[in-house]
Amino acid sequence: MNREAILKKFEPNLSNILYIMHDLQDNNPEKYLAKEDIEACADYLNVPYSYVHSVASFYTMFSLKPRGRNIIRICESPPCHLMGADSLIDYLKGSLKVDIGGTTKDGMFTLELTSCLGVCGVAPAMMLNEEMFGNLTPEKVDSILDKRRKEI
Amino acid sequence: MIKATINNVEIEAPEGTSILWAAKKAGFTIPTLCNHPDLKPGGQCGICVVEIEGIPGLKRACMTPVGEGFKVKTHTPRIMATRRQLVELILSNHDTDCLTCVKNNNCELQQLASIVGINVHDYSRSGERLPIDRSSVSIVRDPNKCILCGRCIQVCSNVQTVDALAVNHRGFDTVITTAFDAGLGNSVCINCGQCVVHCPVGALYEKSATEEVWEALHDPDKFVVVQEAPAVRVMLGEEFGMPTGSLVSGKMHAALRRLGFDAVLETNFTADLTIMEEGTELIDRLTSGRNLPLITSCSPGWIKFMETYFHDLIPHMSTAKSPQQMFGALAKTYYAEVKGIDPGKIVSVSIMPCTAKKFECQRPEMNASGYQDVDYVLTTREIGRMMREAGLDVKEMPDEPPDDILGDYTGAATIFGATGGVMEAAVRSAYRLVTGKELENVEIKPVRGLQGIKEAEIDIDGTRVKVAVAHSCGQARKLLNKVQDQIAKEGKSEYQFIEVMACPGGCVGGGGQSWGSNMAKRARRGESLYEEDRSLPLRRSHENPSVLALYEKFLEKPNSEKAHKLLHTHYYKRSTVDGKIKPAS
Repeated sequence: MNREAILKKFEPNLSNILYIMHDLQDNNPEKYLAKEDIEACADYLNVPYSYVHSVASFYTMFSLKPRGRNIIRICESPPCHLMGADSLIDYLKGSLKVDIGGTTKDGMFTLELTSCLGVCGVAPAMMLNEEMFGNLTPEKVDSILDKRRKEI
Repeated sequence: MIKATINNVEIEAPEGTSILWAAKKAGFTIPTLCNHPDLKPGGQCGICVVEIEGIPGLKRACMTPVGEGFKVKTHTPRIMATRRQLVELILSNHDTDCLTCVKNNNCELQQLASIVGINVHDYSRSGERLPIDRSSVSIVRDPNKCILCGRCIQVCSNVQTVDALAVNHRGFDTVITTAFDAGLGNSVCINCGQCVVHCPVGALYEKSATEEVWEALHDPDKFVVVQEAPAVRVMLGEEFGMPTGSLVSGKMHAALRRLGFDAVLETNFTADLTIMEEGTELIDRLTSGRNLPLITSCSPGWIKFMETYFHDLIPHMSTAKSPQQMFGALAKTYYAEVKGIDPGKIVSVSIMPCTAKKFECQRPEMNASGYQDVDYVLTTREIGRMMREAGLDVKEMPDEPPDDILGDYTGAATIFGATGGVMEAAVRSAYRLVTGKELENVEIKPVRGLQGIKEAEIDIDGTRVKVAVAHSCGQARKLLNKVQDQIAKEGKSEYQFIEVMACPGGCVGGGGQSWGSNMAKRARRGESLYEEDRSLPLRRSHENPSVLALYEKFLEKPNSEKAHKLLHTHYYKRSTVDGKIKPAS
C-alpha cells in the first residue's frame, strides 16, 4: 500500500500518530520508518518533522533503521531470564551471526529484545513478528525459524 | 494576594506566582539550571527543589505556585544534599573541560557547582562520547556538554516555532538533536542563535571566525574593513563590565581601530541606504497597490524562516538586501573604486549581534561585487574575545568617529537594532518621498517597545498606512497567518507595511549578543539606541550626506539598475525537512 493510502485511513488528528506510524512501518518492506515516512506523517498531521522523529525514536517498537523481513523479540524480563533467556540469546546471536539489533546478512531476521510479553507461565518466550512462542529451547527456536524461512 | 512564609520571612504574592519568584522577592535566590525568564518553567533539572511544611517530598519551586499559608524552606540539610547530588549526577555525564570551553566563566553549571559546593567527583564519566555537530555555518552543537535542560528546544519550538531541535531516544540514550541526527546545517534551523543564548552550558555556541580574522589582520597584503551593526554598540560595553545598554559607539570605533582594522566603517551607513531602497519600494507598492503588505528583509533568520514556512509571501518581501550585505557589495565596488584599492585584497568583516548573519554572508547569491561580499561575520561575543586578547578594554577607550565614505549615519539607522526601528526609520523617509515635506515629529512611539505584535496607523499627508511590527518568529508566524487569511478571504490584507525581526526584542536580543539576556536587558539596550537617535544631529536617512553622495557619484538613484544589481536580492522556497532550497517547480 502506498503512503498516501495508509495516511487516508486515519483522521489527521495528532492522537493517531502512533497508529499511523505503526501502519507505515508495517508496510515498509524493510520494517522501519524511513525519512519519507516521517515526512509524510508530519505533513499529514501538520506537525514538525522533528516532533514526529522525536516520538518515533522514543518508542522501542519503532525502528528508524532498516530491519529484516522478520523481527525476533526475545523477552528479557526476570521470569524469562531465570528460565534461560540469556543462553537462548547467546545461541541466537551465534546461529544468526548478529548482535542485538542486528539483521542477518540475507535480510531474513532482525534480533531484538523486549520487556515482559505477559506469558511468564511459558518462559522463556519470544515473539516472531506478531506471533508468540513459549517454552523455548535452542532446538525449538531453530525449528520455528526454519519453518519461517521456508514459508517465504 | 497570597500570604506565605519563605524561610520564616513573610511574603505576599499574587495568585499563581511560583515559589521560585516569590522566594526571589523575599531575598532568596533558589538555584536552577533549566528555568529562564523568557521560557515557561518545565521542571527538567530539579535543582530548585524546596520543602513545604505539611507536604511530603520535595517540590520544584519553578513549577509550584505559592499557596495560602505555605511555610517554605529553601535550604534545609535535606535540600542541600539533594541539590548537591543532582549536580554531581549532571556532572557525571558532562564534559568538564572548563578551561577550553567557550562558556568558561559564563557557564551556569560551573557557577552552580560552585554555589552548591561540589568539591569532589564521586561519579566517573559515563556514556560514550558523541560527535560534535559542525554542519551549520552559524552554530556548533556539542552533545557531550548538553545537560538536557531543554531550554534550546523551548526557545526553538515555543518562542521561534522553528522546531529544528527535539528530544530524541529515551533513558540513558536521550539526546537533544535534529531529526535523524542530520545536523543543524541540514535541518530547518534558521541560524537565529536563540538556542545559543539560552543554553546554560557550552553545548551550543557560534561557529567562530576569530582565527580567520586574526590572520587577515596580520596579513600586510590585505586591506581589512569592518562594519558594526546598530545593536552591537549597546552591547559591547557589557562584555567589558559596563552597565546594561551602555552606548559605546565611539569607544567601539576606537577599539576596532586599535585592533588593526584598516578602515572602521558602519553598518549604520548602509542601514540608511536600506531605508532609501526599501522606502522607495514601499512608495512604489503603495502607488501600484501590488504585493501589499511590503515585508522587511533585514533579518537573515527571518528570511530563512519565511523561505521555509511562508514562501507564498515571497512576492511581498522587500527585495532590498540587509544592511550587512549592502555594505559588503559596496565595500568591494564603490569603496574600492573611490579609495583605489584592489577589491581582491579587501577583506570585509562585520560585527553582528547575530549568528544568522554568518549564514547570510555565505549565501551563494551574496557576491554582487564579483567576490564574496562579506567575508567574515563575528558576533558581539567574538569581537569581545578578540579585544580582550589584544589587551583592549572598551570602557577605557576614547570616543572616535568612523572612517569615511561608508561611515556616516543618522538616528534613523541606529534604531534598526530595536524592534520597530526599521519601520520607524522607513516612515520618516517615506513621508518625505511621498509628500516632499519633512515629518516634523520623527518619533513614532506606537511601533516601539517589547509587546509581541505592534500595530499603528500612520498618516502620510492624508494617506493612511496601516503597519505592523513582529519580533520573534513565533509572533511573526501569528501575524503572517493573519495576513495569509486576509489575503485568501478578502483578496488583500489590512496592513500595507510589516516589519519582522527573528529575535525577541529585535537585534538587541540577537543570538550573537552576550550571554545572560532577558527582556528587561533587551528593553534597556533598545532605550539606549533611541537615546543615540535623539542625540544625533540628523535623524532621517535621506539626510545622510554620504548616502546622498553615493547616489550622486555611483548609484544614480534609489532602485536604479545599478542599485538593483548591487543592493537587491531574491528568495527561495525551502524544505520543511532539511531547510535546503527546493528546485523551482
